[in-house]
Amino acid sequence: MIGKLDGKIPPGPLEQKWRNHKNNSRLVSPNNRRKFEIIIVGSGLAGGSAAATLGELGYRVKCFCYQDSPRRAHSIAAQGGINAAKNYQNDGDSVFRLFYDTIKGGDFRSREANVYRLAEVSNLIIDQCTEQGVPFAREYGGLLANRSFGGAQVSRTFYARGQTGQQLLLGAYQALCRQIALGTVKMFPQTEMLDLVLVDGHAKGIITRNLCTGEINAFAGDAVVLATGGYGNVFFLSTNARGCNVTATYRAYKRGALFGNPCFTQIHPTCIPVTGQHQSKLTLMSESLRNDGRVWVPQRAEDCSKPPNDIPDADRDYYLERKYPSFGNLAPRDIASRAAKEVCDEGRGVGPSGRGVYLDFADAISRLGEDTIRERYGNLFDIYQKISAEDAYKMPMRIYPAVHYTMGGLWVDYNLMSNIPGLHVIGEANFSDHGANRLGASALMQGLADGYFVLPYTLPNYLAGQIGKRPSTDHAEFKRVESEVRERVKKLLEVNGDRTLTLFHRELGLLLWDKCGMTRNAAGLREALGKIPELRDEFWKKVRVPGEGESYNQSLERAGRIADFLEFAELLCIDALERDESCGGHFREEHQTPDGEAQRDDENFAAVFGWEFQGNGKVERPKLHREPLHFEAVHLSQRSYK
Amino acid sequence: MNFKLKIWRQEDPKSKGKFATYEARNISPDTSFLEMLDMVNDELTERGEAPIAFDSDCREGICGTCALTINGQAHGPKHPAAACQLYMRSFDDGKTITVEPFRAKPFPLVRDLVIDRSALDRIVQAGGFIAARAGSAPEANSIPVPKHNADLAMEAAACIGCGACAAACPNASAMLFTAAKVSHLAFLPQGAPERTSRVTKMVRQMDAEGFGNCTNTYECEAVCPAEISASFIAKLNREYARAILQRSVGE
Ligand SMILES: Cc1cc2nc3c(=O)[nH]c(=O)nc-3n(C[C@H](O)[C@H](O)[C@H](O)COP(=O)(O)OP(=O)(O)OC[C@H]3O[C@@H](n4cnc5c(N)ncnc54)[C@H](O)[C@@H]3O)c2cc1C
Repeated sequence: MIGKLDGKIPPGPLEQKWRNHKNNSRLVSPNNRRKFEIIIVGSGLAGGSAAATLGELGYRVKCFCYQDSPRRAHSIAAQGGINAAKNYQNDGDSVFRLFYDTIKGGDFRSREANVYRLAEVSNLIIDQCTEQGVPFAREYGGLLANRSFGGAQVSRTFYARGQTGQQLLLGAYQALCRQIALGTVKMFPQTEMLDLVLVDGHAKGIITRNLCTGEINAFAGDAVVLATGGYGNVFFLSTNARGCNVTATYRAYKRGALFGNPCFTQIHPTCIPVTGQHQSKLTLMSESLRNDGRVWVPQRAEDCSKPPNDIPDADRDYYLERKYPSFGNLAPRDIASRAAKEVCDEGRGVGPSGRGVYLDFADAISRLGEDTIRERYGNLFDIYQKISAEDAYKMPMRIYPAVHYTMGGLWVDYNLMSNIPGLHVIGEANFSDHGANRLGASALMQGLADGYFVLPYTLPNYLAGQIGKRPSTDHAEFKRVESEVRERVKKLLEVNGDRTLTLFHRELGLLLWDKCGMTRNAAGLREALGKIPELRDEFWKKVRVPGEGESYNQSLERAGRIADFLEFAELLCIDALERDESCGGHFREEHQTPDGEAQRDDENFAAVFGWEFQGNGKVERPKLHREPLHFEAVHLSQRSYK
Repeated sequence: MNFKLKIWRQEDPKSKGKFATYEARNISPDTSFLEMLDMVNDELTERGEAPIAFDSDCREGICGTCALTINGQAHGPKHPAAACQLYMRSFDDGKTITVEPFRAKPFPLVRDLVIDRSALDRIVQAGGFIAARAGSAPEANSIPVPKHNADLAMEAAACIGCGACAAACPNASAMLFTAAKVSHLAFLPQGAPERTSRVTKMVRQMDAEGFGNCTNTYECEAVCPAEISASFIAKLNREYARAILQRSVGE
């Protein structure tokens, strides 16, 4: 039974909580560390940095990922940058300001203590990555350069061209490679976690499928760390990589881990618009572009089909600058996305589908020259050119919002441990730091904070009491869960219907985008909640998964992930319905201010929603647990970027 | 648009592979190459045939997962781009397109168009890193790095690890891959302490994996989706010579 949700926030003033907690945390002595086996699922920024760091500390680590190399985790695709409170620009930044911007950006739906810690360790991350050889952009004097991101009035974002995620991930990957060579970390690429094993209520292992051979295996550990990223692909089209999935976290949820705030999903304002049915994914155009690009649509609907360069300035509506003069084009993502939807709903959208707005660099190019713009964003302009066959140096980009990130994830306490003892969750996979909306350049910060500087301190709190308690994979629980996994694989292959996986995934995605996307309302959510179980039943009757289980079978991999999305989507909508307020990216049409901004209800909803799975494998209504959020350092206010 | 596809099919590493022919019909020019293959696969599935195995993940040219040789060129005809960034508008309607996996001895085949590139990981494991334990780093701005060097390091570091360089090289050399990492770290002051051991260990591992030597054909540079310059190979050679020399004088 799960009692009251306890975030285990340390006592004391906000600025001293983390220091006090570290001073009071338990330790594992160097001699004992090698007695512990830690299972880490995921090799992105969070998992890669955690595996490398725990290996450096002397633990024995097993790290898993589904790609053929840990270097290909989806973090590789992050473009724009990573935040830190260095205040190198002398523009008034501080740990408190980064903390405050993040709490406010998240529309006051995250824990103060967690966010403060994140801001505090942000500076260590930049030191660490620089030392690893991450080639951050520099000024001519040789010192580090910064740019601005949305939701902030200071320049605190560090970047490596438009490939910041790649360079940070390669830094973590190289540290991981070093540990692999030293033998502290054993890497299992192309190995997918399909279930979590609990022994006496503690997370003590996982069941995996080797994607090359199809072999199903059990692994036991003293603790399990999930770093499996976000679930944006539940929407089918998103900026996530093809393989991103909810499987690891969802299956942990089915074993009793609470899912926190699943309806907090982020729709990114600047992506290349949808062009047709054939599309398998959408592509992000980094938020950093809004440093120099100006967003606009024509004032009048009848101008929408004119070539953009023929529309004079007076006939353009720079709607972000108009509505949010103090943040302008750098308004936070949720706000910028809804503003784009609004102008398109008014019939002023551009491009063939009418669902697009312009992101225009003409002013920046005439002010700074094409070379400067090329140096700042060259690779993004190239990506845009490849996909759209248009030259953004000559005419404005066309962009539209797309699903990008998920703030929701497994519930964790201050130690990053879920309600299941031993199960830790880090990076995008947990719910912890971004509330109802994440600010740009903060996911990379959080992933690396968790992996390099938080988990290594908090994990020993759990491990210290666990010496000698690692079960063997011969334990009956391992056998039981393993046979359930085999059964499920078999079931997927046996349906043998006549509909493709793509059809089911696309249908689910469209439904969610429509009813639980940029805006939501109770009637639509109820409708979705009626349709999802039908679609799921149809899947289990009509899907065709070709091939066998005992070989390399990409259809089977996908089928398992889509089957989980079909269950998880329901949880997402239940959460969205239950949260009868608007906040951040969760915009309930019933709750808006007179000028159309999100209207929070702090009295009833200043809380984390943690959902507990009910029933024996049947999807019944999950049970809600609330963790109230207490604010001491910040004053709850209506978020304003005007 | 319509295309005829000649695609390499091979069930597993042991069985014999062969080309099979398929039709891709009603493809919009804005479809990416991999999306076109997705559509062919959905049709194959509906017909009860085994879909074509090919690997991909980010589908925007940065993860380095896709590894197709298209019409004889690694990543296809549109350079610089990874196969996932190739759009059907780059092909003439009605043409036949040949698709094979990246072929190089150190990349054993897994199935159809999927290969095993763990050899590249092992080259990095041999020394492609800076040993900097978490928690031990000095303040980031305490070591200024001239912008020029930082930019050069970034250019080399942009490698996406796809292995096209080795697939395109007549000698299956992974020199461009190795050179990129060695150069990236050699341009930075943080990389200096391990500079000598790094290059020797990485080159030794590269040889042990069975990659060939560079004979200056520059096919690697021509196909590299990240536009890594072959001049880094010269840098690798210099770094290597420097390391050997230092060792031979007992430093
Ligand atoms: C296009 C794009 C651009 C972005 N740009 C920025 C940016 O500029 N700044 C910023 O701060 N954030 C950015 N983000 C967000 C950020 O990149 C991610 O939130 C972050 O990288 C997630 O890191 P992670 O380590 O939690 O997960 P990931 O990097 O997604 O890694 C997940 C890992 O888990 C493994 N895995 C998943 N499921 C399983 C399973 N069942 N079994 C085994 N292994 C599994 C995968 O193989 C992978 O190794 C961007 C995101 C996108 C999509």
